[in-house]
Amino acid sequence: MNAPAPRTIHLTLRVNGEDHEVSFAAYKTLLEVLREDLDLTGTKHGCELGECGACAVLLDGEPRLSCLTLALECAGLPIETVEGLARGTQLHPLQAAFADLGGSQCGYCSPGMLMTAKALLEAEPSPSRERIREAISGNICRCTGYQQIVDAIERAAAELREARK
Amino acid sequence: MSGAKKRFEVVGRERRRVDGRAKAIGALRFADDLSLPRMLHCKMLRSPLPHAQIESIDVSRAEKLPGVHLVLTGKDFGIPYGIMPVSLDEYALEPERVRMVGDPVAAVVARDEQTAAEALELIAVNFKPLPTISSPEEGLAHPETRIHDYGEQGNIHRNQSYEFGDVEEALAKSDHVFEDLFFFQGNTHLPMEQQASLAAVEGDGKLTVWTSTQNPHYLHRQLARVLQMPASQIRVVATPNGGGFGGKCDPGNHEFVVAKAALVLGRPVKIGLTREEVFYQHRGRHPVLMKFRTGVTKDGKLTGMHLQTLLDGGAYGSHGPASTFYTGVLTPVTYELPRFKFEACRVFTNKPPCGPKRGHGTPQPRFGQEVQLDKIAEKLGMDPAELRINIATKENSLTANWLRVGSTGLAECIRTVVERSRWKEKFRKLPEGRGVGIAASAYMCGAGVSIYWNKMPHSGVQLLLDRSGQVAVLCGATEIGQGSDDVLAAIVAEVLGISTADIRCFTGDTGITPIDLGSYSSRVTVMMGNAALQAASRVRDSLALAASESLGVAPDQVAFSQGKVFAAGDSRKAMSFVEAVALAEAKFGTLGAVGSYTPPKQPGKYKGAGVGPSPAYSFSACVVETEVDPLTGWITVPKIWVAHDIGRAINPVHVRGQVIGGVYMGLGEALMEEQAFRRLPEKLSGALVHRNPSMLDYKSLTSLDMPEVDVALVEYPDPNCPFGAKEVGQGPLLPVMPAAANAVYDAVGVRIDEVPITPDKVLAALEKKAKGETPRVGPESFPQVPYPAPTFVLPPWEGGDGDELKGADGKPLRKARARAAA
Repeated sequence: MNAPAPRTIHLTLRVNGEDHEVSFAAYKTLLEVLREDLDLTGTKHGCELGECGACAVLLDGEPRLSCLTLALECAGLPIETVEGLARGTQLHPLQAAFADLGGSQCGYCSPGMLMTAKALLEAEPSPSRERIREAISGNICRCTGYQQIVDAIERAAAELREARK
Repeated sequence: MSGAKKRFEVVGRERRRVDGRAKAIGALRFADDLSLPRMLHCKMLRSPLPHAQIESIDVSRAEKLPGVHLVLTGKDFGIPYGIMPVSLDEYALEPERVRMVGDPVAAVVARDEQTAAEALELIAVNFKPLPTISSPEEGLAHPETRIHDYGEQGNIHRNQSYEFGDVEEALAKSDHVFEDLFFFQGNTHLPMEQQASLAAVEGDGKLTVWTSTQNPHYLHRQLARVLQMPASQIRVVATPNGGGFGGKCDPGNHEFVVAKAALVLGRPVKIGLTREEVFYQHRGRHPVLMKFRTGVTKDGKLTGMHLQTLLDGGAYGSHGPASTFYTGVLTPVTYELPRFKFEACRVFTNKPPCGPKRGHGTPQPRFGQEVQLDKIAEKLGMDPAELRINIATKENSLTANWLRVGSTGLAECIRTVVERSRWKEKFRKLPEGRGVGIAASAYMCGAGVSIYWNKMPHSGVQLLLDRSGQVAVLCGATEIGQGSDDVLAAIVAEVLGISTADIRCFTGDTGITPIDLGSYSSRVTVMMGNAALQAASRVRDSLALAASESLGVAPDQVAFSQGKVFAAGDSRKAMSFVEAVALAEAKFGTLGAVGSYTPPKQPGKYKGAGVGPSPAYSFSACVVETEVDPLTGWITVPKIWVAHDIGRAINPVHVRGQVIGGVYMGLGEALMEEQAFRRLPEKLSGALVHRNPSMLDYKSLTSLDMPEVDVALVEYPDPNCPFGAKEVGQGPLLPVMPAAANAVYDAVGVRIDEVPITPDKVLAALEKKAKGETPRVGPESFPQVPYPAPTFVLPPWEGGDGDELKGADGKPLRKARARAAA
């Protein structure tokens, strides 16, 4: 039996400020295109069913589960992944705080957590711990018990506020 | 082997862990992040039936699908494997029989995952369904439906009995005997990273497997066995694990399949398990039914305990022989227990195999033991914290089953959580619906005996240095998120007076790193750490000797600190660390050193004494506060206090992280996590299926459910441990479940003698309470289990020598005792 050749899509995706021309099978999710076609393996998958939050990226500034988003829907929209957080070798305050305060243990949920936290801090520069817990409640972490992640986001928020002064 | 230095520059300081940056920038490469040129993709076909004979498999249509390169079935794998030498009962692909839903029977290798998935649908398998066993009770009642043709008898995989001193006599002389039944439901690890493996025959013709395993060494041995290749031709690289918790300790079917496919095709082959497949791989917490009969004096001292356990093993052996022991052997480590009898039985069932999950076999009896202590304290009118402090095991003591307890900070852990939680103001004093509960625990710092018998070290470390000043440290230990790379770097840095940033870690690679047995049994800090301490001390000695000539002081007067090597009494006589390395390279030639570690010999000599001994034990205490809604049974946990005797914290920020993470996982087990199964209706085959093989249905705590945890680190450095540091990865989980159950009792006066403690059970118990019935939900009976006659060993204080008691004829006395009893 011959499977019909899947339709291939050609389009430009704007990822972390860079335009990428990609061609991929129409059924591919944004997660798959990022990881398999653009080699951006920083974005992880924990279920590919929209249940764990590991694959969260920012699409037009909003956290989105890339495993439930078709890549062909993303043409023309800015996509931000964990690879775009640092400025050169300078870590984003969220990244530095995660590394310093135990925000990452195995590190597998970290990219999704970081992107979710970035969106939170851009919308709310001074979130309470409870508000941080709400914002990351769709991101499952099995290592940390979340507390040091909340600590890290709290510290990064303070640093970002300080930097804006 | 504790470090001689008194003031520490690295150890005990809060630092960014060595792999922290890579994790925060998304640069750490997990197994599924790897790819190679010409790489193919693999998917496996899994059984939809829980127990069936494979009558035929037709793969011809799948083989013809364009893009398919290879289809493998059971006939390609003639040799079974298993993590333990006594349970080699798994095949990479099942050749004749499937024993659970999810057992793999065929694998397709294709140009991409999509094509492989389409090809799976073209494989025709004729299954002949067999009767299924859903529980240990069914397994015992139906030996004729035999899941395996090995084991003790029928469906009994392991069956054992030990008695340390005459327990019936002790119970008869007790002021009170408490008899309680408990059930601990099974649950799974749920690591965020789904297992993935990539295999390739490299340019030199040798096989390399990159894989998310906690135990590259054991996998290496099993690959050589199954593939019938010399182990020297295989390299296993344990990629950083995206969480393990024990779930990546067993070799997985997929690892053999991609290795075989790469060898057949000469091309790299990768597989990534789906989340559903991870639930079938399982190896998680055994469901355990327990019966405790415990004697106490009126002032709250334990006199003896008879513990019976019945384990639901699932479809394969896995770590089962060890798990069975662990449902008993660590019971006497927390509290003084003069006599102890322990019977355990593991039964095969047609469900995914159970194995080691964080705490391995011990959280289940710990739950029962600690809830029963709460009942004992209430009956005796004692404060449960005081009762525990009074009976805590003492340092440098032996237990009834001949385990050697070294350092212990247990009493201080209990006092600490009592004080920090304001226990005395809360216990039995909070308004109805609110309560506090306390529990404590002990855990091992590494299994004292390897999984296969050998006399070689448990951990090896190699250090390489050169004139550039770089320090490379190599060890087979695997970074699974617990921070083992950071511990390794910290210990070397501390000894050499440099920073962890000056060190490169190469770990978990059987091709280049000395053997370490793996990241299990909380062994890595102690065993790898001691090996690292030895290697680093040897290098330091060489550097000191070379530097001493130039500094004009004796070698033992050379100090190492902050990247400098200098005369201890005169810091003007100094050179950089790099200069000292260059001097040593000139004097001794190419520089390096090895260190290795073998656990100390243990006093127990009876057969079976190898499970339980450890170089040291960690201790924990926990107070959980609960609010229970009497209308819904919903349990809210506003706060948890925990104190952990870590010996010494190598990196306190990450030790606290491990403690909180353990508490988190324990609270999930206490309140919601369960690996549960149900039977489909007869018209739908009557099969046993997993109730919740997805992250949505398998409930775990989110950031909103998880309370803030107050962590206190208690430091009683243990002389067997590097810088005194004990384990933290597993111990702090264990007291959480019983403390939660005890807190529910304090809140609403009902006993839930099983986990998870779900709202429906709380409501059922509250209804019983309202009707004046015993306000308890839990198991009501314990089945007749054909335990063998016990191996009888006298405790140390009754004149024993650590061996089984034998009669004048040299035969074990247990036989005589059994005859006498009959």
